[in-house]
Amino acid sequence: MLERLASMLRGLGRPVVDHLWRLGYATRFFALILLYSGTSFRRLFLIFREIYSSGVRSLIIILVSGLFVGMVLGLQGYDTLQRFGASDALGVMVALSLVRELGPVVAGLLFASRAGSAITAEIGLMKATEQLSAMEMMAVNPIARVVAPRFWAGVISMPLLAALFSAMGVFGGYLVGVKMIGLDEGAFWSQMQASVDFREDIFNGIIKSAVFGVIVTWIAVFEGYDAKPTAEGVSGATTRTVVTSSLAILAADFVLTALMFRGS
Amino acid sequence: MNRLTLDLWVGLFVAIGFAAILFLALKVGNLGAASVSETYVLNAKFDNIGGLKVRAPIKSAGVSVGRVKEIKFDPQSYQAVVVLAIDGRYKFPRDTFANIRTSGLLGEQYVGLSVGGDPEMFKSGDSVKKTESAMVLEDLIGQFIFSKAAEGNTKK
Repeated sequence: MLERLASMLRGLGRPVVDHLWRLGYATRFFALILLYSGTSFRRLFLIFREIYSSGVRSLIIILVSGLFVGMVLGLQGYDTLQRFGASDALGVMVALSLVRELGPVVAGLLFASRAGSAITAEIGLMKATEQLSAMEMMAVNPIARVVAPRFWAGVISMPLLAALFSAMGVFGGYLVGVKMIGLDEGAFWSQMQASVDFREDIFNGIIKSAVFGVIVTWIAVFEGYDAKPTAEGVSGATTRTVVTSSLAILAADFVLTALMFRGS
Repeated sequence: MNRLTLDLWVGLFVAIGFAAILFLALKVGNLGAASVSETYVLNAKFDNIGGLKVRAPIKSAGVSVGRVKEIKFDPQSYQAVVVLAIDGRYKFPRDTFANIRTSGLLGEQYVGLSVGGDPEMFKSGDSVKKTESAMVLEDLIGQFIFSKAAEGNTKK
């Protein structure tokens, strides 16, 4: 009886200990990335190459989805606002919702599935084919050579992608609101400019997207580095990257919004 | 991939990324015009500020001339002290009237300045003597019902 109780408690304790251990490992890994990133800043070419593969190649999906999200916001916002006779405020609604929330969050989710999964798969396969061990054999630190450039490329790319997403979204809202529905162009822009503040709205959005960039690339490089070196392990790690970083983005977004936009 | 092509793409990406931030700052956030060069502050005491908020605009003749910087409560006179930051380019006479108005029926509240005729101008830190409180809709409805009831009584 006592033995069964103990084994049940062990069954409860083991996953908790395992998760905590993994979390601690991930934190130590993050500290190692920061520690070794000095070397990768001396060889900027590595970072540029990763900005190309995670930033530049995410451009199409970010720009197109930004445009469509903005156009949908324009249509739906107009439908609601015109019931209250406030359709002139469409520009404000589109711009604020994009700059504060949708730009960073949706760009972050897209970035996690487009670039994060690619990073995990790449590093996981490098591990599975023992390229990382080979680097260590040649006295090349794989964290400095492989992981840190990918991390910094993601952190640099993410705010730029989120800003592009928001800008495309505002343009999409403009296309629908002014060109298609026929709102007054002056009211659309001037009300937007009167209500959107650079420090409060745009800069906070940029901070958000930089935080999401850190979260996504950290999870992506960690899952890749920690993946089981088998085909199955790499595919599982890729899935976990997308799921964990999407959930982490949403949770962090709630915390950041509560800190930034509470009150007024 | 060729180093030159790669640099070109990354450069292009970073350039349009910063262009997007610039677009958001200037066209969406209106950073250029909103940052007023020099401001001076005036204090105004109101009996009731209604729903006035910090950063609400200050308008004279309908033109935005500043922003509400701070709202405090004065425990001596039990009044609200509104600190107005006004664009240094605009000077107002010392008998200027400050009142809290609403743009539209349900719009945001702002401070309106009605210019007087005093030859002397406000200096920074002065307080506005003549103020008028916010129009509170509930009070107006209450007064209306009260006067209607009074009318009904006199008719009988």
